Amino acid sequence: MTLPDVVAGALLVGVVAYALLGGADFGAGFYDLTAGGAQRGARLRTLIDHSIGPVWEANHVWLIYVLVMAWTAFPRAFTAVMTTLVVPLLLALLGIVLRGASFAFRKYSATVSQARLFGAVFAASSLIAPFFLGTVAGAIASGRVPAGGRGDLVASWVAPTPLIAGVLAVSTSVFLAGTFLTADAARAGWDALTERLRRRALVVGAVTGALVLGALYPISSDAPTLTEGLVGRAGPLVVLSMVAGFGALWLLLRRRFATARVAAVVAVAAVLGGWAVAQYPWLLVDQLTVAEAAGAPATLRALVLVAALAALVVAPPLVYLFRLTQTQEWSAREDHA
Amino acid sequence: MALSLGWHIVLACFGVAFPSMILVLHWRGVHRDDAVALTLAHRWATVSAVLFAIGAVSGTVLSFEMGLLWPGLMGPFGDVLGLPFALEGLAFFTEAIFLGIYLYGWGRLPPRVHLLMLVPMAVAGVVGTFCVVAVNAWMNAPAGFRVVDGEVTDVDPWAAMFNDLSVLQFAHMWVAAFMVVGFTVSGVYAVGMLRGRRDARHRLGFLVPFVFASVAAVLQPVVGHVLGAGLSDRQPAKLAAFELALTTESPAPLRLGGVLVDGQVRGALDIPVLGSLIARGSLTAPVRGLETFPVEDRPPVNLTHWAFQTMVGIGSALVLLVLLFWVARRRGHDLTQRRWFLRVAAVCGPLAVVALEAGWVATEVGRQPWVVYDVLRTADAAGDNPWLWSMLTGSVVVYTGLTVGAVVVLRSMARRWREGEEDLPSPYGPQRRSVDAGEEER
Repeated sequence: MTLPDVVAGALLVGVVAYALLGGADFGAGFYDLTAGGAQRGARLRTLIDHSIGPVWEANHVWLIYVLVMAWTAFPRAFTAVMTTLVVPLLLALLGIVLRGASFAFRKYSATVSQARLFGAVFAASSLIAPFFLGTVAGAIASGRVPAGGRGDLVASWVAPTPLIAGVLAVSTSVFLAGTFLTADAARAGWDALTERLRRRALVVGAVTGALVLGALYPISSDAPTLTEGLVGRAGPLVVLSMVAGFGALWLLLRRRFATARVAAVVAVAAVLGGWAVAQYPWLLVDQLTVAEAAGAPATLRALVLVAALAALVVAPPLVYLFRLTQTQEWSAREDHA
Repeated sequence: MALSLGWHIVLACFGVAFPSMILVLHWRGVHRDDAVALTLAHRWATVSAVLFAIGAVSGTVLSFEMGLLWPGLMGPFGDVLGLPFALEGLAFFTEAIFLGIYLYGWGRLPPRVHLLMLVPMAVAGVVGTFCVVAVNAWMNAPAGFRVVDGEVTDVDPWAAMFNDLSVLQFAHMWVAAFMVVGFTVSGVYAVGMLRGRRDARHRLGFLVPFVFASVAAVLQPVVGHVLGAGLSDRQPAKLAAFELALTTESPAPLRLGGVLVDGQVRGALDIPVLGSLIARGSLTAPVRGLETFPVEDRPPVNLTHWAFQTMVGIGSALVLLVLLFWVARRRGHDLTQRRWFLRVAAVCGPLAVVALEAGWVATEVGRQPWVVYDVLRTADAAGDNPWLWSMLTGSVVVYTGLTVGAVVVLRSMARRWREGEEDLPSPYGPQRRSVDAGEEER
């Protein structure tokens, strides 16, 4: 494994972490949006506040990590992506900004009408961000970002694979959030809410599964390099993802919520890992390989050090934070936070 | 870019300096059993939650803009200047995690452990500031690479990060953060006192940030002076613009005010010799004039000059004010009893923000036409994006919306605190339904 590969691996870890954690936070917006009126949805919205409130900022930093790693380690590829996919990136950025700000505003707004306004912005923008980030991934994976950058501003992402990737990003985010929220509601002992969430997560999961199967044909003709990798080298990961996805649905059906969450995480992580393996050694598919795109070796060495430092400094408190939010004492005090 | 940076820089100040102030109050609350201090710490933490959230998103905007707007900088130099950004990301990560633990730890963690959660936040603020400012310092004093035949080679990211200016520029910015936050927060309580709220909470809420701001304000001119001392060698064109020096003079005067119109300086007040003394540390050394630089290498003179003088002017005024306050206090006069002082204290926060922005304009505009001094011109670094203007308009709208939202929410928080609600339950929470009904009727 060469130095650029190691750094690309560290980058992938960030992408997966953001897709899982940030994705689940975004997906929560869907349930917020469909929670019903101010009174009917009150309990669900409180649960969402509680589940993602302490962690979304930390989860969001994964995106910053990905961006910074990308431009430091692979500056040429970074500018190529940025100049070509400027439209979806800006729209995703808009979604991210509105989501974060209105979520924080809503939590502290004084009246129902204020909360309703901020809440609607929060929920809607939660779906915009993953869709457009998904199109960015799809555009890269289907070889639509030229190595020199400045590809077609519209055609580079308004195409089968990017659009499918956008829809999939939204539906997997929503499914992840569904399994997480159902588990949280069950732990808090809110049975009616748990049932409601469980039903929705099941429906979303089934829809996601159908989407994945339906997407195979258009992607195979639109992104040959990716498809070749997916059925070849990345095959085992694709199979793992399917098994875990069906497993998650089955566990939800059996009301094994905590385990369902793990299965859902594995399913999504395996898809992303499969994507990475499938397109390797390309960084920008058909355009620029990881080795070609890599920046100065001294910088890459420094970045490996930073990544190691991150694992050392950031991981323990992050685990501590997640553990705290999952403990009985923290979730039992819903009414005072 | 300038808009987002100028907006983000204020929020970043809160991220950097606010945890230390909360730490002081929280420590006082825990170790001296001071309920007032504890209440304040809790409220400030809640405020910082809102500010941190919008700071996080505006920071994201910046990382996108780096690539969207400056492909000519990020493409060739991304691996040179990226390392401090990566470390900054790490620092920000740490701060986000501990903020999460701290905010949700109220009443859930043992008090002493809870208090400790602020320490990593304050440390992360220091590291983060250093890293970000190091990048800016690198743009002023490029290091850690060589350009051979137009190609960037011999990249040494550590040398780029620890360039000649990093430490000094960091000190200048770090102290500035404490001035901005200290004066802003104490100003809020000054307004409260003006409106007749003179309880222990207002006294403490004024005094703690004011102490921070005082120390910072007195230190700042020293740091600034040391930072500026090498400017005549490093970026003589910037110095000439700061001083509005058209021709080389020896000794040079200190020029207060004044505008350059058609090659003539109008309306300036010259103090002889002082210019040489401050900029060069000598009674006779010349300050190089703008005429010695080719036209295409000159920064916009008036803007740079005025930004610089605004920063220095406000900084000096703030030093005088805090000295006045503490001298009077030693002599037994409490100036917070005087309405004129409270009024002045109330505007100190905005003034400190103006000084911060002016200082930033001075250093950035003064470096023009270079993005990376003597290496890369701004025009070459920018993208030729055809709809730059619509992007700008969009950003203005979004930032205005964010600002309005933040003000509305922070004000309503303050109102509810005054009405005695401590926990600020979400209005859609089931337990608040009756109260909401009452509010909707009003």
